[in-house]
Amino acid sequence: MPVLTCRGLRKEFGDHVVLDGLDLTVDEHQVVALIGASGSGKSTLLRCVNLLEELDDGVIELDGAEISDPRVNPDLVRRRIGMVFQSYNLFPHLTVLENVTLAPRRVHRRARAEAEAQARELLDRVGLGAKADAYPDRLSGGQQQRVAIVRALANSPRLMLLDEVTSALDPELVGEVLAMIRDLKADGMTMVLATHEMGFAREVADQVCFLDGGRVVEAGPPAQVLGEPTQPRTRQFLRRIIEAGRL
Amino acid sequence: MSLLEHTPSAAQRRRAEYRRRQTVRSVLVAAASTAVLGTLLVLAVTGAPGWDRVRESFLDPAVARDALPAVLTGLWLNVRLLVCCAVGALLLGLLIALLRTLRGPVFFPVRALAAGYTYTFRGLPLIIVLYVLTLGVPGLRLRGMPPVLVLGALALVLTYGGYLAEVFRAGIESVHPSQLAAARSLGLTYRQTMRHVVLPQAVRRVAPPLLNDVVALQKDVGLVSLAGPIDAVRAAQIATAETFNYTPYILAGALFVLLAIPLIAVTDWVTLRAARRQSGG
Repeated sequence: MPVLTCRGLRKEFGDHVVLDGLDLTVDEHQVVALIGASGSGKSTLLRCVNLLEELDDGVIELDGAEISDPRVNPDLVRRRIGMVFQSYNLFPHLTVLENVTLAPRRVHRRARAEAEAQARELLDRVGLGAKADAYPDRLSGGQQQRVAIVRALANSPRLMLLDEVTSALDPELVGEVLAMIRDLKADGMTMVLATHEMGFAREVADQVCFLDGGRVVEAGPPAQVLGEPTQPRTRQFLRRIIEAGRL
Repeated sequence: MSLLEHTPSAAQRRRAEYRRRQTVRSVLVAAASTAVLGTLLVLAVTGAPGWDRVRESFLDPAVARDALPAVLTGLWLNVRLLVCCAVGALLLGLLIALLRTLRGPVFFPVRALAAGYTYTFRGLPLIIVLYVLTLGVPGLRLRGMPPVLVLGALALVLTYGGYLAEVFRAGIESVHPSQLAAARSLGLTYRQTMRHVVLPQAVRRVAPPLLNDVVALQKDVGLVSLAGPIDAVRAAQIATAETFNYTPYILAGALFVLLAIPLIAVTDWVTLRAARRQSGG
């Protein structure tokens, strides 16, 4: 059974249709990369899956259970989905450790000592143990984004949604974040990531989906979608990426 | 190359020397201009034709000494009222601001009531609220009516609570939506998001304007004397009526300024700290 199924998703902002009958299936341990121009609906799709946006049509299922039903408690759904944002969105008034332990303590009601021990272990594993008591504004962008990933992992999510997680980073800091995602894949985490890093998508994704006009125009293994695209719009998009020197 | 081994170049030494000279010059110029302006002001006031009369009726040390105990007793009332009213108004303001952020149809009456409250009490002159509460409400002759002082304090809390509620609300709305999205995506409920993510950031951000309103409140607590209780200004007024000398007013004014200085200093310090933090320092 797939972890995530999206069928016929539709989302409008005013007159603008962002998602227009989008279908997507993500199996367990699979990494799906969403590519496409800005405004093609990648971020909106992730926000809809995390119930941060209300759908205008369509059905989303997590582990076979519909989560787009308005009777479902969104707080319970979001506990099972980890989300990482382009601009990190760490809480500036909390230390790194407090950022990571907030959800385990308040949502899962774990004891402080237990939550902190788990958080320190996770931070140590990604080489951020020494930063546990620092405030986010003392960290580099790359470090902040890695903390944001750890914060999402502390909930032990079924599914991770990564929204352009390297787009706001200086080029020399992109690598450390990508390495962390690579490790997550090795651990078998199911992930959907919206990305502009075509090279990384090719390397880490099991499936690449090209979004255009609010639909998945082309989907398949990275070698096929990025190497021998069949759709004219995919080819046009990739040509522009190549011209910009980003592939 | 280590920092310790670095010897400034000739150019840097010249620049440092120049800057040092400029600093000395600035201090001297500032001192001179202050002295000149001060002297001119003193000459203008003391040289005025009516200066001797004014000094007698506004700056008489003997009158000040006699009035001091009564004015200080009044000031102690101001201080106690300030502490109680500031705490009360801050709590009420926070509560109203939170009520205004509640969503969902169930809360419509609560939201409407909270909005109506801030509209009414920000528009209503404090003196009218005071009269209604301290003169009108006791007229109802209900049992267990609190003393006039408590009713007066309530009038201050109600009026300032309206202003503080809007300051808190501005703070809550200034927290970027991405912070809410991050908190909700972790599974925090709306209340938990407010409590642990939005409010701590909001309160920090609006601490300077909140304290500024408390400084303003410090001057307005004395208005309860309109209903009877004797605060510092009222005590000065009584002393003035006995001696036909206005010195007690000047005394009370000076004490008010002294009382405000620590609070204003704290406000400035908090503002500076907030500005530094904002710039990512």
